[in-house]
Amino acid sequence: MTEEIIIAGFGGQGVLSMGKILAYSGIMQNQEVSWMPSYGPEMRGGTANVTVILSDERISSPYLKIVDTAIILNQQSMDKFEESVKPGGVLIYDPNGITAHPSRTDIKIYQIEGTRFASEMGNKKIFNMIILGGYLKVKPVVKLENVIEGLKKSISERYHNLIPLNVEAITIGMNNIVPYKVEIPVFQN
Amino acid sequence: MSELKLMKGNEALAEAAIRAGVDGYFGYPITPQTEIIEYLMAERPELRTGMVVLQAESEIAAINMVYGAASTGKKAMTSSSSPGISLKLEGISYLAGAELPAVIVNVVRGGPGLGTIQPSQADYFQSVKGGGHGDYKLYVLAPASVQEMADFVEDAFDIAFKYRAPALILSDGLIGQMMEKVVLKPQKPRMTNEELIEKSGDWAVTGKKGRERNIITSLDLQSEKMEARVRRLMKKYEQMEKEDLRFEKINCDDAEYLIVAYGSSARISQKAVELGRAKGIKVGLLRPITLFPYPKKALFDLADQVKGILSVELNAGQMVEDVRLSVEFKVPVEHFGRTGGIIHTPEEILEALEQKIIKNGSIRHHKTRESSIL
Repeated sequence: MTEEIIIAGFGGQGVLSMGKILAYSGIMQNQEVSWMPSYGPEMRGGTANVTVILSDERISSPYLKIVDTAIILNQQSMDKFEESVKPGGVLIYDPNGITAHPSRTDIKIYQIEGTRFASEMGNKKIFNMIILGGYLKVKPVVKLENVIEGLKKSISERYHNLIPLNVEAITIGMNNIVPYKVEIPVFQN
Repeated sequence: MSELKLMKGNEALAEAAIRAGVDGYFGYPITPQTEIIEYLMAERPELRTGMVVLQAESEIAAINMVYGAASTGKKAMTSSSSPGISLKLEGISYLAGAELPAVIVNVVRGGPGLGTIQPSQADYFQSVKGGGHGDYKLYVLAPASVQEMADFVEDAFDIAFKYRAPALILSDGLIGQMMEKVVLKPQKPRMTNEELIEKSGDWAVTGKKGRERNIITSLDLQSEKMEARVRRLMKKYEQMEKEDLRFEKINCDDAEYLIVAYGSSARISQKAVELGRAKGIKVGLLRPITLFPYPKKALFDLADQVKGILSVELNAGQMVEDVRLSVEFKVPVEHFGRTGGIIHTPEEILEALEQKIIKNGSIRHHKTRESSIL
């Protein structure tokens, strides 16, 4: 099994750390993993993205043009990465701030209102874990217990008391991801 | 005890340096290699092994600190990225001339000039064709994974001490910044003074006691002596070619076409090989692990088997010259690469192979050769 994922959004949304937790979770189930961040001027301008690969075999290229899954968290990333999903692949996005919704009909598209649920939970920092939960519902590539192990590894010990909160956020994400149907516009004269 | 971790290439290299028992690191920050000095500063190896970590006032100061530390037989290293390495070249030439063991790390970014902070392999010429002045070469290791970033630190020091010559780890922004699983070796103790004298006492400046003095210099005003020194260096390089050449062949057994690529390009090319094989194209990959010495013979032999070779590099065409020299025009050799910090995708590489080699596979004279830059 190989899962290739691009996660893209604004700096501060937890894009890179979400990728890191996913990579750690893969390690916890003895998979090969790679985590390739954008670190260039684009990142300094506010957008961030990371390519994560989980595989049972040796990973060749850590840098990809076409992926199985794209998790998209702002409009710029939608413009850039909607075309990166392979036919039959998955696109997950948070509709908050999205003005041009995805339009492809050859992929599966899901919406998760991460921003709204995070603000309802009263903790903006938990946003990326809600998104991660949604992703894991659609693509259960790592087991929840391995995600918890991964969390323990990727956050410092003094924050381990926050792990239940993270698990709660993942659960909210899992319960609230919904399929999005692309409506093909009908033009009338 | 060995340990499994998820680390950035730069961090893995820094941790491996501590564990390899390195005595001193002297550096200066520059993207995309700053995590090396950052990690070492945060880790405080002076408390773990007594290793010195020092941020110098400049790249030039750092390489000269390496020269000083290496003169005493200690394991000394520095790291930088392209513009910083250009500044260090004078010092690197002096290290080679004075026959000092040291390790230099270059996490390459795009150039020329200040260029860009994103990945590139445009320092190939600088690394394998001298770079600094005079008749010298560096032993050049090109890691293609985070694991190799860690492993090559000790390998580079082994070579540096075996030959009393500087060794270079030529990485790039992609390998430096990405995270992968890495198995870290157990901690090795630093050399004690007694061990150091035992190992390097015949040449190093260890404090003269009951012996002739050892002099470290790269200056020889007597021409005969200087020529003897140059000959001695050339002997070392010959021996490196015989004993310490490293490369990897992937899917080469039945290959009709060949991609040659090192470091990050080799990783991306491997995916291109997978995509090509899925389409029924019998393509293999030769990955030079050492860029000097270069796998000339392996390429010469493969040229009898394959119909054409594509050299894939994140530059405007540098290693391709060595590929052509190696195969002696037995088969067509073309270059493909992106520059400016853009990373080529596996799909682009496969397309270049199809267009430049499979479709257009004849040896072209330089007069008819189109530009190889995308």
